[in-house]
Amino acid sequence: MAVLVLAEHDHRSLKPATLNCVGAAAKLGEVHVLVAGADCAPVARDAGRIAGVAKVLVADDPLYAHPLAEDLALLLIGVAKNYSHLVAPATTFGKNVMPRVGALLDVAPISDISAVISSDTFERPIYAGNAIATVRSVDPIKVITVRATAFPPAPATGGDGAIETIPAAGSAGLSRYLGAEVAKSERPELTAARVVVSGGRGMQSGENFKLLERLADKLGAAVGASRAAVDAGFVPNDYQVGQTGKIVAPELYIAVGISGAIQHLAGMKDSKVIVAINKDEEAPIFQVADYGLVGDLFEIVPALDKALEKALTKSSAA
Amino acid sequence: MKVLVAVKRVIDFNVKIRVRADGGGVETANVKMSMNPFDEIAVEEAVRLKEAGIAKEIVAVSMGAPQCQETIRTALAMGADRGIHVLTDAELQPLAVAKLLKAIVAKEQPQLAILGKQAIDDDSNQTGQILAALLGWGQATFASRLKIEAETATVTREVDGGLETVAIKLPAVVTADLRLNEPRYASLPNIMKAKKKPIEQLTPAALGVDPRPRLQTLKVGEPPKRQAGRKLASVEELVDKLRNEARVI
Repeated sequence: MAVLVLAEHDHRSLKPATLNCVGAAAKLGEVHVLVAGADCAPVARDAGRIAGVAKVLVADDPLYAHPLAEDLALLLIGVAKNYSHLVAPATTFGKNVMPRVGALLDVAPISDISAVISSDTFERPIYAGNAIATVRSVDPIKVITVRATAFPPAPATGGDGAIETIPAAGSAGLSRYLGAEVAKSERPELTAARVVVSGGRGMQSGENFKLLERLADKLGAAVGASRAAVDAGFVPNDYQVGQTGKIVAPELYIAVGISGAIQHLAGMKDSKVIVAINKDEEAPIFQVADYGLVGDLFEIVPALDKALEKALTKSSAA
Repeated sequence: MKVLVAVKRVIDFNVKIRVRADGGGVETANVKMSMNPFDEIAVEEAVRLKEAGIAKEIVAVSMGAPQCQETIRTALAMGADRGIHVLTDAELQPLAVAKLLKAIVAKEQPQLAILGKQAIDDDSNQTGQILAALLGWGQATFASRLKIEAETATVTREVDGGLETVAIKLPAVVTADLRLNEPRYASLPNIMKAKKKPIEQLTPAALGVDPRPRLQTLKVGEPPKRQAGRKLASVEELVDKLRNEARVI
């Protein structure tokens, strides 16, 4: 039986985590993708082009203009019987929908898997990633969310999946979307960025995050934050990296004025290279950092900015 | 209206956990236990609804070992009115917890259930969503703002892209995110008062629920360890290392 991946998208393009999900799903069987949206034909087309995708199911209906868990769950359980596994990214989107799907199927969902051991056995981080549990599901259908950073993305092109339209499942009539405050940014998305520059309580104010933004723009980086910085109101919630925020694993993670609470480390310790800048040389962040600079960030960050500018200009000239 | 809150006893968030050498789990003997931080936020929100005259009664539910009564007492000291303890030594997973909660909802008939969005031990982030589905109720997960008006809850949710606002029909399930509120510390007089508040004890059998886990935990191991790196002397050295050693810029 095939594996169904629930695509996350904005009706125009796929969210990158969908590709990681397809990467994980490919270890389990033939991959189909479900695109539920409104006027979402471009997404269905892109989903069919993902390498390894055999079929795309499209439910194109105004009902799915906003991803309400109550309505999406009804759509998923309508097609579930054809699949061995239902898979979605472990983003706020997937985490909202999939447990509801599991409940309707009387299946224990498996959250945030970080490895596929076999078709019924998976690894998942627990205790903020301080332990890894190997779990086996005894349910007939596996309902799974995937930690995107743990699986390489499937190539976005090379596939030739057939596109099949399916009808909407009808409304559960329980919830209504009212609106959103969506952060607009020219910078790459936090979870997909090659470089992330994050600030913590040590930044002292939201205004001071401009220092990090300048640095980020030089490196083509996304800007993140610790919970402390979000709680203090320096930056909005969508910046938060950590156990209960976003999980990132960029090539380069620069932690500025972040002490390194367990909850923050949980969200970034799989980064390839970690740089820590902190005035407290005993800060736990240095225990996971590859490179550390001890000192006042308000001196170090502008100096780093300058040094990078010099280095990057030299390389583009060369 | 009546509000149900679910509170889980977990290893305190400040404890550095130790994975048992036999692969059987995490060391819990002689480890400080507390209420799951997200559940504290759920209790606080319920208490605020009561203070605002919207909630009439708050019932705090916990499940598991006898010591879960301490967790319920914490909720009572914060302002919940009474407790329900489902006593069991079974390993409880979200699906079973939600089934037990559903049975309690059938008895208690609350208009609103507030849960923490996730427990910091198993990090599942499932119970609220499962409960809502089992009850056929609407769900508003990851709430950072909650407003109750007549038959509707208007909830602002923390999502990856920012904030989203939904309206859900009551009765409903809301799961609390970090910025919904800042939980209070219970005052000494309230801690004393909480000792006199009633806690009803039930069992899974009495509620007609089979709590056995549907996910078998085969092993719990250590994650790969990161080596601490080097402290460098200057930003120039850092740029050089990033470029020529790590090759990431």
